[in-house]
Amino acid sequence: MSAPTLAAGALKKRAPVRPARILLHVFLAGTALAWLAPLLWAIFSALRPYSETSEKGYVSWPDTLNFDNFTNAFKQSDMMHYFGNTLLIAVPAVLLTLFLSSMVAFYVSRFDFRLNLALLLVFTAGNLLPQQVIITPLYRMYLLTDLPGITASGKLYDSALGLVLIHVAFQSGFCAFVLSNYMRSLPHELTEAALVDGASAWRLYWQITLPLCKPAMAALATLLSIWIYNDFFWALVLISTGENMPITSALNNLSGQYFTDPNLVAAGALLTAIPTLVVYFVLQRQFVSGLTLGSNKG
Amino acid sequence: MTTDMTTKTPEAAAVPPPGADSASKRAQQGHRRLLTRRDRITLALMAGVPTVLHVALVWVTALASILLAFTTWDGIGFDSIKWVGLDNFQQLFNDNPQFWPAVQHNVIWFVALILVPTPLGLFLAIQLDKKIRFSRVYQTAFFLPVVISMACIGFVWQLVYNPDTGLINSLIGANKPGHYIDWIGDPDLNLWAVLVAASWRHTGYMMILYLAGLKSVDPSLREASALDGANEWQTFKNVIFPTLRPTNTVVLVVTIIEALRAFDLVFVFNKGAQGTELLSILVTNNIIGESSRIGYGSAIAVVLLVISLAVIIPYLVATFRKERRS
Repeated sequence: MSAPTLAAGALKKRAPVRPARILLHVFLAGTALAWLAPLLWAIFSALRPYSETSEKGYVSWPDTLNFDNFTNAFKQSDMMHYFGNTLLIAVPAVLLTLFLSSMVAFYVSRFDFRLNLALLLVFTAGNLLPQQVIITPLYRMYLLTDLPGITASGKLYDSALGLVLIHVAFQSGFCAFVLSNYMRSLPHELTEAALVDGASAWRLYWQITLPLCKPAMAALATLLSIWIYNDFFWALVLISTGENMPITSALNNLSGQYFTDPNLVAAGALLTAIPTLVVYFVLQRQFVSGLTLGSNKG
Repeated sequence: MTTDMTTKTPEAAAVPPPGADSASKRAQQGHRRLLTRRDRITLALMAGVPTVLHVALVWVTALASILLAFTTWDGIGFDSIKWVGLDNFQQLFNDNPQFWPAVQHNVIWFVALILVPTPLGLFLAIQLDKKIRFSRVYQTAFFLPVVISMACIGFVWQLVYNPDTGLINSLIGANKPGHYIDWIGDPDLNLWAVLVAASWRHTGYMMILYLAGLKSVDPSLREASALDGANEWQTFKNVIFPTLRPTNTVVLVVTIIEALRAFDLVFVFNKGAQGTELLSILVTNNIIGESSRIGYGSAIAVVLLVISLAVIIPYLVATFRKERRS
């Protein structure tokens, strides 16, 4: 791998490759634009008043473009309330998932190699199952679990608590797998020295191991937030009161009740996508690295 | 798969290459020897609590699905559970007009995803891996659908497919009586319409997985191949693609699981009406639909479970065996 051969190769290639590069850019730009077309179409429809589109048709030159549909969709359906519901579910779920799975990962990566494999196998396999495999008994279980005074419904069913629990149980498999791999790459001497010095197992975990796992935790937190925010199925089945639904699942009810024309539907759907897009653009690196480092996941 | 991450962190980069298996075992034994009784209790709780939660909500319920599949139950008292043997399965296989179409659609879903968006994602990844300008911009565009919820994707594509007001029919003038094309309602069309939306999302996902895989291909391989006079296609076919094997396995498993999990998009699109039945939809309709039959719904779930485990178990065994060796 000597430098001269590399340079020579690059030089030799450069001249004939140029037009191909331009073609490639044309192709990629065209495809990227086609990829964004459905979203751009949704934005375009959402920006136009219904009266105008119903008169002129949807494929027509716009006379008026404004945010009225967005504000109407937001206000009429009391969207803030559903965003609040999501927040109430997603924040505890993400924190609890990271907390619990990092403990499991700490244990299996530091103390027990044989159990490590068995435990991780159970966790990861569980995480790969389609949700519908477990939903029928889960639904019954949630209906039969009485929690008077703890949840508003008096049961696990139709409660934020129930959703948090299933998210944590389901997602912790993936996180435990990723974190245990990560922790195994940390030097053993680090924790062993602390143990010799008389540190407790808890300190080993909380003060020594966890701070070193920050990059992995950040990636997982980003990924989990988006996944849990985007969840549609759990809330659809495990929540019966429309008022208690998180935003993504509520969209389905709202589109029948409040979003009476396609322009409002477009605005409403786009509004629900904004938080994920913000997280994605701000934390793009975390998201992608989390996804690829955990490409074991379905 | 962790390489992408570990190379970015200074802590991990400072770590010497992982020693032999015996060395790490010795370290673990050393760890265990130094524990006090309180430590042992702490550790048992740390591993135990999450495991109990996971097993109770995921594996106990999966097991309950299997057991309930052989019973009928009204869901009210446990004493009304009646063992019926294979009745539920018999009814499902012989009498349910939706079952075989659903199986077929799940298979089509997988075949379509593996034949179109997966190679397309690989192709895009290869182009974007060429160190071209604006690579990030293109990546962002292709990856955007993966970030948005499936439910939202369903609504966005409804705007494209709506027979009266949608983009396609408006463009080709098929929204007038006589030329009507019902992309959402026509059972011959709607599965393909929804698969376009699913592929739209899947391509970006595959692209990212392959981009990560391509980053780990040793550049000297490419160079050696170029020196041998291989053209781009030959290099890809004989050098790059074979080294992408681990990524291909992941892609295959992810695609199968996605095909089995497909639900949100179809549910939003047309609630799984005729033409788009899926196993996941049948299970769900048995819960939130009008006729709730617990045993019967569980039988469908068992079919789904058996197919999933047939994929998951060999994959995980292979993955973990490889890890133990490394």
